[in-house]
Amino acid sequence: MARKISNRRKLLTTIIAWVIGLLLFFPIFWTAVAAFKTESDAYTLPQNWLSTPWTLENFGIVQERSNYFRYVFNTSVIVILSTLLGLVFAIPAAWSMAFAPNPEGGSKISSLGWLGIVLGSLAICFVALYFNNWKPTNAVIGILLLFIFVVPASLWAWSRNTHNMLLWMLSTKMMPPAGALIPIYLIFNRNGLVFRDWGWANWGDYNIMDSFWGMVPLMTLLNLPIVIWMLFTYFKEIPVGILEAARMDGASLWNELSRVLTPMALPGIASTCLLNLILSWNEAFWSLNLTNKYAAPLSFFISEYSSPEGQFWAKLSAASMMAIAPILIIGWFSQKQLVRGLTFGAVK
Amino acid sequence: MATKQAQALGKWALAPSVAVLAAWSFVPLALTLYFAFLRYNLQDPDNTGWAGFSNFYYFFKDPYFLKDLANTLLLVGGIIITTVVGGVFLALLLDQPFWGRGIVRLLMISPFFIMPTVSSLVWKNLLMHPVFGLFAGIQKYFGAQEAIDWFGRYPLLSVGIIVSWQWLPYAALILLTALQSLDEEQKDAAAMDGAPAISFFRYIILPHLSRPITVVILIETIFLLNIFAEIKVTSVGGFAGNLTYLVFSQLNDATDVGMAAAGGLVAVVLANIVSVFLVRIVGKNLEA
Amino acid sequence: MGTISLNKVRKAFGDAVIIPGADLEIKNGEFVVFVGPSGCGKSTLLRLIAGLEDMTSGEIKIDGNDVTDTPPSGRGLAMVFQSYALYPHMTVRNNIAFPLKMAKMPQAEIDQKVNHAAQTLNLNDYLERRPGQLSGGQRQRVAIGRAIVRNPKAFLFDEPLSNLDAALRVNMRIFIMQLHKDLGSTSIYVTHDQVEAMTMADRIVVLNKGHIEQVGSPLELYNKPDSLFVAGFIGSPKMNFVENDTIGIRPEHIEISEKRGEWQGKVLLSEHLGSDTFLHIDAGARGRLTVRASGENTFAPGTNVWMTPDKSRMHYFGKDGRTIRK
Repeated sequence: MARKISNRRKLLTTIIAWVIGLLLFFPIFWTAVAAFKTESDAYTLPQNWLSTPWTLENFGIVQERSNYFRYVFNTSVIVILSTLLGLVFAIPAAWSMAFAPNPEGGSKISSLGWLGIVLGSLAICFVALYFNNWKPTNAVIGILLLFIFVVPASLWAWSRNTHNMLLWMLSTKMMPPAGALIPIYLIFNRNGLVFRDWGWANWGDYNIMDSFWGMVPLMTLLNLPIVIWMLFTYFKEIPVGILEAARMDGASLWNELSRVLTPMALPGIASTCLLNLILSWNEAFWSLNLTNKYAAPLSFFISEYSSPEGQFWAKLSAASMMAIAPILIIGWFSQKQLVRGLTFGAVK
Repeated sequence: MATKQAQALGKWALAPSVAVLAAWSFVPLALTLYFAFLRYNLQDPDNTGWAGFSNFYYFFKDPYFLKDLANTLLLVGGIIITTVVGGVFLALLLDQPFWGRGIVRLLMISPFFIMPTVSSLVWKNLLMHPVFGLFAGIQKYFGAQEAIDWFGRYPLLSVGIIVSWQWLPYAALILLTALQSLDEEQKDAAAMDGAPAISFFRYIILPHLSRPITVVILIETIFLLNIFAEIKVTSVGGFAGNLTYLVFSQLNDATDVGMAAAGGLVAVVLANIVSVFLVRIVGKNLEA
Repeated sequence: MGTISLNKVRKAFGDAVIIPGADLEIKNGEFVVFVGPSGCGKSTLLRLIAGLEDMTSGEIKIDGNDVTDTPPSGRGLAMVFQSYALYPHMTVRNNIAFPLKMAKMPQAEIDQKVNHAAQTLNLNDYLERRPGQLSGGQRQRVAIGRAIVRNPKAFLFDEPLSNLDAALRVNMRIFIMQLHKDLGSTSIYVTHDQVEAMTMADRIVVLNKGHIEQVGSPLELYNKPDSLFVAGFIGSPKMNFVENDTIGIRPEHIEISEKRGEWQGKVLLSEHLGSDTFLHIDAGARGRLTVRASGENTFAPGTNVWMTPDKSRMHYFGKDGRTIRK
């Protein structure tokens, strides 16, 4: 600050800011207090939060009764694997858009290609009809839908230039989950019901509901647009000249990526991972809808306290503290780098 | 500037991400579109066939539809007004020099990192409970006979308060970042000109913040249209449900896939109206 | 060895033609400077030789081998960038060693070569530092070190001195020339500064809008420019053009007198450099002329003067801008 501020004004600001800061933080503080009280004291907390004794018993009970560590394990598996999987997709994609951009737009599909798509879809319909004893069922309609809507839309996306490609990727993050919930729920849930009259699709007993096989890819897809986008902005800050220097120095593409680009982008990759970590750790919509036991993460674990039996506030508080503490600390450390990811770069 | 070799390689590097994202964004949408025109109830597997527009018809005629649509708009509108006004104030405050700025900043930003299920249950039980909650305790301390039953009497407001608490730090953090990019020299010049605080705010700060505010509004809208956990976990879906919750309950309680899909499409249309504007703003700022 | 030959090298982005077609032979051990105003395509031409960009058509040979489709890493050239392009996450030692590591050289040999290069470049004290801790001149020396360690077929310099301040620039210029004399490798040096071009080059290639306007030794270009463009670009202060740009005469080839001469004019301004004085003169219908006089000359602004051009040093140009030799 170049301007001089009187100490009186500074004192006033300090008081106001601290009061507001403490007020906003208060619910978290209050939960922390309740976590260390006995169950009966927790219910009279407003009257006697200082006078009642402190205890650690809640943490033990939470673990004992609802197997807290199992949920931590589940959350960690989902968060870590989906972050890694996301990086596997996102690093090459972000490299491509930052350093080998395609100003004219991607591959346009030729008329021959379109002919192939139409003939291919007809052929698949034909096969489907054959296996269904020539009855025109929803299977045929499903396939036609795929080829009338999904394939052209995907090709449209693929033909974007780099700028529009990024915007398209971001826009996929804006799609409301309610629009995808039904098919995802059905695909995850029970084979027979989704495809109940899609005669050809009797794939046996597959069921990825409430499993890591479903949750990890789903979480990856949910955050992939933001991960790609954030990595892209970090890669963009690396001068192309340095990569060119590596090329002149005889580095292969692999060496260029592994010895020059990745080490230089490491801080950016780290903060991308952190944002991904926070987002998927706190994700609730899909977790509540698609898990209930085996792959249930912490947000599901907490939701189980919404209607338990008996006294539960102290245990709820203890469980809550255990669920939020890691991410709160990570959030504190990375808040400054998160802004760019949280606004899609629209604010600098 | 890249060579053809790099560009060819670049396409292969990009293709997997495009493929999975295209699959993720178009396949479920196509299926939702398809289901929306089917007679398809999980409890009634024999009732099949095309439904025409009847799913939409019944979805719109559902007494919950108008109520939940209104709830959705009230939640989005109310929370945005609260968080943006509060966010501007907090950002201005945090931009001032004072003792312990770093710590206060951490305190203020904290609610954003709290899991939605946690904040819902903590607010509902520890703070807003009509008998044992802190708010009730405060009311009694000041001599009230009966404390407010927040979730019983004002379910929508209660959900709004919880979500506002979560999103206020977001608005504040973004706007603070924008504020700090305001040129120091510009501030000095205004101070030299003797501009009073009000007009400095009106003519310098507010115009500078207009774009970040727009971004905050758009992004919050997109996320707030999808409020779910806060409503589900506090069990107020029947009184303060929004569209997302309605789709969920059509699927989960009524097991009517067709109706739920029709509702999902309505949500998609609503969100798309907002994302068109957001994409445009983001696009202008994107150097690619 | 290090001969480079360009054959009808063309570069275009869609309809925008950057280089319409360049032919050039560079001999082994030669110091060639590409010079021209910004946007003339000199950097693009260098990057085409380096392989950092694709040609639209044409052919590049290094030591007689066609490298048109060879990636930069396979061409055996070394480049020094304007921005230094050092690896910020590596120490100076590792920066210099990087190309050797990429060539899979044994560690002992790498150490020996790096130490030798550091000795030559006076970088011994900085080997364990990061580029961020060095000054601009030191960074430039590291960049040069990285280029010389692996004995490339040729050095490519892309405006290497333009980020340095004036005094350092002169020192580095001399340093690079000394280095070239010691190593004897082919060098291509891109600059927009004609003083750098004149002082350093064995041969200068003048580029204008992607065309090679003229190739020749500094003195050839100075004495016998092929075109109006070259005449105007080479030499400082700029050549005077009179009679609708059909006649050119350099400031140092005009004699000035208070008493008699061919052209009359009035002194507008005089710049005293000590050794020389540059006079800016309003010569009426001939426009504004610059004249170089000896340092002792002190014409006050407003003085009426007479000028006599040296007829034998006059240059004549046609309507198309080409030189007419008489």
